[in-house]
Amino acid sequence: MREISLHVLDLANNALEAGATHLNVTVDVQHGSDTVSVSITDNGCGMDDESALRAQDPFVTSRTTRKVGLGIPLFKAGCLGCGGTFRLESEPGWGTSVMGSWKLSHIDRPPLGDMAATALLLILDPRIDLEFRASIDEKMFALRTADLREELGETPLHDPEVVGWIASYIRESLEALFGGEAL
Amino acid sequence: MKTLKELNEIRAKTLDSVNLRKQRIGTRVVVGMATCGIAAGARPVLMAFVDEVARRALRDVMVTQTGCIGVCRLEPLVEVYRPGEDKVTYVNVKPEQVARIVSEHIVNGNPVDEWTIGAADKE
Repeated sequence: MREISLHVLDLANNALEAGATHLNVTVDVQHGSDTVSVSITDNGCGMDDESALRAQDPFVTSRTTRKVGLGIPLFKAGCLGCGGTFRLESEPGWGTSVMGSWKLSHIDRPPLGDMAATALLLILDPRIDLEFRASIDEKMFALRTADLREELGETPLHDPEVVGWIASYIRESLEALFGGEAL
Repeated sequence: MKTLKELNEIRAKTLDSVNLRKQRIGTRVVVGMATCGIAAGARPVLMAFVDEVARRALRDVMVTQTGCIGVCRLEPLVEVYRPGEDKVTYVNVKPEQVARIVSEHIVNGNPVDEWTIGAADKE
């Protein structure tokens, strides 16, 4: 994966495969601690301890039961290889939380990438309600599918005009948040 | 700076067309977005479909993502379901191909045969 935002989209798709209806995504950049961290938390079917361990091993994952695959091992190796951390917590029947961080200044750290595209695609997915939070130092941008639905009433989220509006809303907000800094 | 309240104005504007649309069964465009698809470049393809459908204001077209479709070597994969017709699967799709698929297939009903999985199997 060339971008952190692609990892987020990939891990979010694990949540969808696990039958999640609610997804919490956070992206946090902290210059003080020199870190970029993301977390993806879902209310899907969850995994027992054995499955959670297996999900982190690229060579054991069975292709036929394909609930995870290579996504988590790639993510984990990327984080740990860039002076970061990785944590996976899961509880059958409750959901899964995947958290990873990178050293912000590490030369091999992938760029954040097109986080606006990732957020938009998850907002438009009819299977889930998204809570998205992006933050940098003290500043934050938050967006929830539920808030959009409330404003829209019976007008669907995938209405062309609505899609266009949300796309530029997310893009402008993230540009304002990150202030043009290449992250 | 935009505020969410602007969505309320769009809502008022689109109210009539929402009621009209309720009876209509639309076309579904499904893009495979598992690890294989994303690594092969599926996100720009999905974004291109979302943008093109919004740009053309195609209100009865639904663009969605799904997991692994099963032929990872041909990712990015796109499936188009038009009501009453067989599913058409496009393979190795690139964002620049999206406008033609939307105009010829989704709008005018003629699949772009040379980009489908049937054409890829013959090679």
